[in-house]
Amino acid sequence: MEELLDFTTGMSLALLALVLFSIRRQHIRVEYSVSWFGAALSLLLLSRWPAALHRLAGWFGIGNPPLALVFIVGTLFLLVLFRLSVIISDLKDANIALTQRVAILEYRLESVHGQKATQG
Amino acid sequence: MNAAGFDSLLIIVPAYNEEAAVGQVVEEIRQVLPGVDILVIDDCSLDQTAAVARRAGARVLSLPYHLGLGGAVQAGYKLAYELGYEYVIRTDGDGQHDPRDIPRIYEALRNSGCQMIIGSRFLEGNSAPTSLVRGLGIRFFRWVLRPILGRPVRDPTSGFVGVNREALQVFSKSFPLEYPEIEALVVLQRRRFRFLEVPCRMRPRLAGRSTITVLKSLYYIIHVLLGVFVNVLKYERRRR
Repeated sequence: MEELLDFTTGMSLALLALVLFSIRRQHIRVEYSVSWFGAALSLLLLSRWPAALHRLAGWFGIGNPPLALVFIVGTLFLLVLFRLSVIISDLKDANIALTQRVAILEYRLESVHGQKATQG
Repeated sequence: MNAAGFDSLLIIVPAYNEEAAVGQVVEEIRQVLPGVDILVIDDCSLDQTAAVARRAGARVLSLPYHLGLGGAVQAGYKLAYELGYEYVIRTDGDGQHDPRDIPRIYEALRNSGCQMIIGSRFLEGNSAPTSLVRGLGIRFFRWVLRPILGRPVRDPTSGFVGVNREALQVFSKSFPLEYPEIEALVVLQRRRFRFLEVPCRMRPRLAGRSTITVLKSLYYIIHVLLGVFVNVLKYERRRR
């Protein structure tokens, strides 16, 4: 149990450091780092506060606190991944609309140039 | 009105890496409908599709990034809507659709009062060679769509379709992007629009090979099924 909590603490700190480093290097935007910060801080809190972990395990009806920790970790990361899926979907929609708009503007620009060349 | 008398009609031809076929497709359309406006939508092909289409006499809408079939077709619909076309007929860039069927679709568009006309391979005893999986998929979607559309549809996967300006307005804003044919029917149903099927011929590809495999067909069925039900759910929520 203690080893698992220490490992979780280490992973949480590593995740926090990675996110901070990525923001500093502008590899990740601040608005997209919030979910990761939330997940890492939650894990850090649970791993350093066993009483809270025991209480949560009781709420979920899981007799084994380490199992509850794994369950919570999985749930948190699923939520983060779902949020990323939503963001990716929005970005894809925006990309498609922009690509179509660029193509249409290029087409109309070429038409205008063609008309001017004909008139000139 | 253009030389062929096809007033305010645009033929759109989505094409991706179809340099071997698209020129003949455009020339055949021009033979059947001299003077009609033809727009090839080049979906960021890696070959000379755009240049071949231009040489054959089509105008070309070149997408700067590969969007897939639905994105390419929607780009054509958007441009057609902005340019004020009343009718748009889509035919594939691989030459499987016979341009001699375009006038029939156009007449149905003008006279039927329907917003969408589907060129169907399976009407009037016509048959088209399809793979076993694809054939099963078509039968399956006929069965799925029957209660949703409130009427049977013989060829729900046909890409040989004509739309009028009402449908054009809807599709320029909302169009399924990956496998558009079946979901587009549901999108129209949400608007209480009507469709009609007219018989058409299906030919072998003029060049190249189909990229549809058994695995892709199965993925297609699952993807489209999900898309159909998502669209139905959207409709229910909107009505409430």
